Amino acid sequence: MSAPSPALHSEAALRVAARLGLRPARANLDEFAAALLALAQANRNVLAVTSDSRGSGKLGPFGQALPCQIVEVGIAEQNLVGIAAGLASAGKTVFAVSPACFLTARAFEQVKNDVAYSGNPVVLVGISAGVSYGALGATHHSLHDFAALRAVNNLVIAAPADNFEAREAVRAAAAARRPVYLRFGKAPLYDLPGADGFAFGRARLLRAGRDAAFIATGETVIHALLAAAHLRETAGIDCRVLSLPTIKPLDAAAVLAAARECRAVLTVEEHMVHGGLGEACAALIAQSGAAPRFHIAGIPDEHIVNGSQADIFRHYGLTMEGLSATMLELLGRN
Amino acid sequence: MPTDRELARKSILYRRRLLQCIHRAGAGHTGGSLSCVDILNVLYNRILRVSPETASSPDRDRYVQSKGHSAEALFVVLADRGFFPEAELETLCRYRARLAGHPTRDVPGVEQNTGALGHGLPIAAGMAIAGKLDSAAYRVFALLGDGELAEGSNWEAAMAAAHYRLDNLTAIIDCNTLQITGRTREVMNSEPLEAKWAAFGWAVRRVPGHDLAALTAALARPLEPGKPGIVIADTIKGRGVAFMEDNARWHHGVPSDDELARALAGLDDALAELERSAA
Repeated sequence: MSAPSPALHSEAALRVAARLGLRPARANLDEFAAALLALAQANRNVLAVTSDSRGSGKLGPFGQALPCQIVEVGIAEQNLVGIAAGLASAGKTVFAVSPACFLTARAFEQVKNDVAYSGNPVVLVGISAGVSYGALGATHHSLHDFAALRAVNNLVIAAPADNFEAREAVRAAAAARRPVYLRFGKAPLYDLPGADGFAFGRARLLRAGRDAAFIATGETVIHALLAAAHLRETAGIDCRVLSLPTIKPLDAAAVLAAARECRAVLTVEEHMVHGGLGEACAALIAQSGAAPRFHIAGIPDEHIVNGSQADIFRHYGLTMEGLSATMLELLGRN
Repeated sequence: MPTDRELARKSILYRRRLLQCIHRAGAGHTGGSLSCVDILNVLYNRILRVSPETASSPDRDRYVQSKGHSAEALFVVLADRGFFPEAELETLCRYRARLAGHPTRDVPGVEQNTGALGHGLPIAAGMAIAGKLDSAAYRVFALLGDGELAEGSNWEAAMAAAHYRLDNLTAIIDCNTLQITGRTREVMNSEPLEAKWAAFGWAVRRVPGHDLAALTAALARPLEPGKPGIVIADTIKGRGVAFMEDNARWHHGVPSDDELARALAGLDDALAELERSAA
């Protein structure tokens, strides 16, 4: 188990994590690769399809252990998704693995038509999502994928926050027999507290609270959880923290409960503020008549700053300190 | 197996039917549907091991119509083969009908939803890889248009199919030399097709695309062990209707009442001629 990158967290955040008893865990991508290998070892109809991305997808051991269950298509994302659709239509359980930025943009029409519209149960696995490739620049950022894919019907969209969610999402995706998009970053993470049990469309309550609510997804969830603990310690504010491993289908009941029971809702995601988790929650809440103070934390509509994932999170306030400050502002406590 | 003459008769009847459907619907891709009728006729009446009874059998052959615009031709042939009632053809493009302007899996016998170009060959390659992994005996066919070949995804799939030695995959190019804007060679030249596909590692055969015997010979079995096969079928857009033949205006032109009557009269003449020659 590798230690989490200190660069992801400030010393203060590390101390809060320690007080919460959070245990460092490996990157979700490693958990994905292990879960997929286990599935494929048990069922020879489980295939990985990759576009010269078995290294970055951590599929090296898979390829060595099960060379007949990995299909390499080379650097060709449209073909990756088309071939995956054909394999799925012939009864295979297919995980199509490619950097999220290319998988969801370059092959968008194949995702829309060959997978979702045609109902081929491909599991699309977007790796190094969000700003995992931060310093490589915008060509390699995937900050549009929620927005693009939310507009596609018949597609589950999942972004696990910890190894538990990653493992369960892989199992659920293989069993779903419907199109699924799984989004993974590559940073080492923490095991998060919270009730066990996982299903697409179900939120995970990581922390109870009625003053305000953080609703987060993917690799930002840990920062929301730390911010909630920090706000309790420093300002006596009790924040609910919901992890939403699936942003489609959205757990409407959990989101609306937070909106009705809390004074403020702050959504958090490693995505543009347009078209992602925040706007999904905003539409739901606005149409319900609930009216909490509401803010979407994410990447603003601008030329995105360069740097590591940690640098970019800090720049845009997606860390414990930044999210705490935003929440205080939302509550009128700054 | 039906004789060439029986198939020739079917081709004329298919053309009549698809023209009537397009006329009634007020929409459709007339020219490209007419050009691929003979290919579909040979596939569905001589080559493909498919039937309504075995439509979900894992062992069935697979056909993917990458040039999904020619849905009308496919629907007419599928109805003739009993996949759905002939009368349903009257519902083409109507509100809530199963038969839309492009093929969907809602229609019995249709393997994949198509319509956007450049999608069929990668899907067919995936099906063929699955067949190889399962040591299955089924073959996979994909029908492409020559204009469609400008989509780069075709060449990604062409590379992969050769790489994986997919001799259970046969692609057919309905090479009618026209696309919506005009001559394919002027819009974006896809020739020389034989050299391109051979260079990509495919076994290549070029045939007259309205010659039922030649099509049958090219499609009856894989062209070469260890290689995917490409059958370049030289066809005529609008084939069978004199005033539509080789005219880009009929890419998605819909015949008026008068034009339909003239087209059907011409096809009836062809049918009479066929029957006279048989007598």
